[in-house]
Amino acid sequence: MRELSLNVLDVAQNCITAGASLIEISVEEDTSAASLVITISDDGKGMSPEQAKNAADPFYTTRTTRDVGLGLPFFKMSCEMTAGSFSIVSAPGQGTTVTASYNTGHIDMVPIGDMSETILLLIYGSPHLDFLYSRTRDGAGYTLDTRQIRGVLGGDVPLNDNDVAQWLREYLAEQESENLS
Amino acid sequence: MKSLDELKALRDKAKANMTIREGTSESTRVVVGMATCGIAAGARPILSTLVREVADEKLEGVVVGQTGCIGICMYEPVVEVFAPGKPKVTYVKMTPEKAVDVVRRHLKGGQVIAEYTIGAEA
Repeated sequence: MRELSLNVLDVAQNCITAGASLIEISVEEDTSAASLVITISDDGKGMSPEQAKNAADPFYTTRTTRDVGLGLPFFKMSCEMTAGSFSIVSAPGQGTTVTASYNTGHIDMVPIGDMSETILLLIYGSPHLDFLYSRTRDGAGYTLDTRQIRGVLGGDVPLNDNDVAQWLREYLAEQESENLS
Repeated sequence: MKSLDELKALRDKAKANMTIREGTSESTRVVVGMATCGIAAGARPILSTLVREVADEKLEGVVVGQTGCIGICMYEPVVEVFAPGKPKVTYVKMTPEKAVDVVRRHLKGGQVIAEYTIGAEA
């Protein structure tokens, strides 16, 4: 993956498959500590201890169509390449939290990339689910909570309405430039 | 500053055109393979381009969606078009430029672009 935001787009699909209703994505940077932490958590069906232990193994998958599953292994590799760390915390019925920590000063650090685009496409692709996105850098930042947006839109207008999608795009761009310097 | 009031205005506008966006059995479905293989091969800009172009062209009865791995990872990014009563069309090795063409010539103009299909590649 050329950008970490693509890993997030990929791994978040697992939350959707797990039947989540709320998916929380946070991207926290601390530039003085050269640290970046990406967390993806959901309230989906969770994994058994054996599944959680093996989920980052490329040759382990629960699907039956193929013998490999590369989403989590790629994500794990992206942070371990920077001497960072990776964890999966999950339990059946308790949802799953995946955390990837990076040393951003490492020469093998992959750029974060266009995280807003990832969030927009996740919302567009699963308009019936809720997303809580939080982005911070050195203590400043912003959040996007689709539950709040849904509250304004009411039950009839979907989050993937073209005008709503355009509003979300502009909103994220604005938050990014105002709160993340 | 984008405000929630603006969003309220959008809500009222959207409610007025509601029927247009509802997917029905008459809709054409366009799906992008968004599994690990597709994303790694560049599916994200293809999906954004399709969403934007379909909105810009104000195409009615076209729904853009995502799917998982179709099993032809070496041909990713892959876009499939399901039009009611017509055979499925599979476009392979897509680029944003080809995606614009697919919207204008196929979804809008009704012409399958043979040279972008898997038949032309295989």
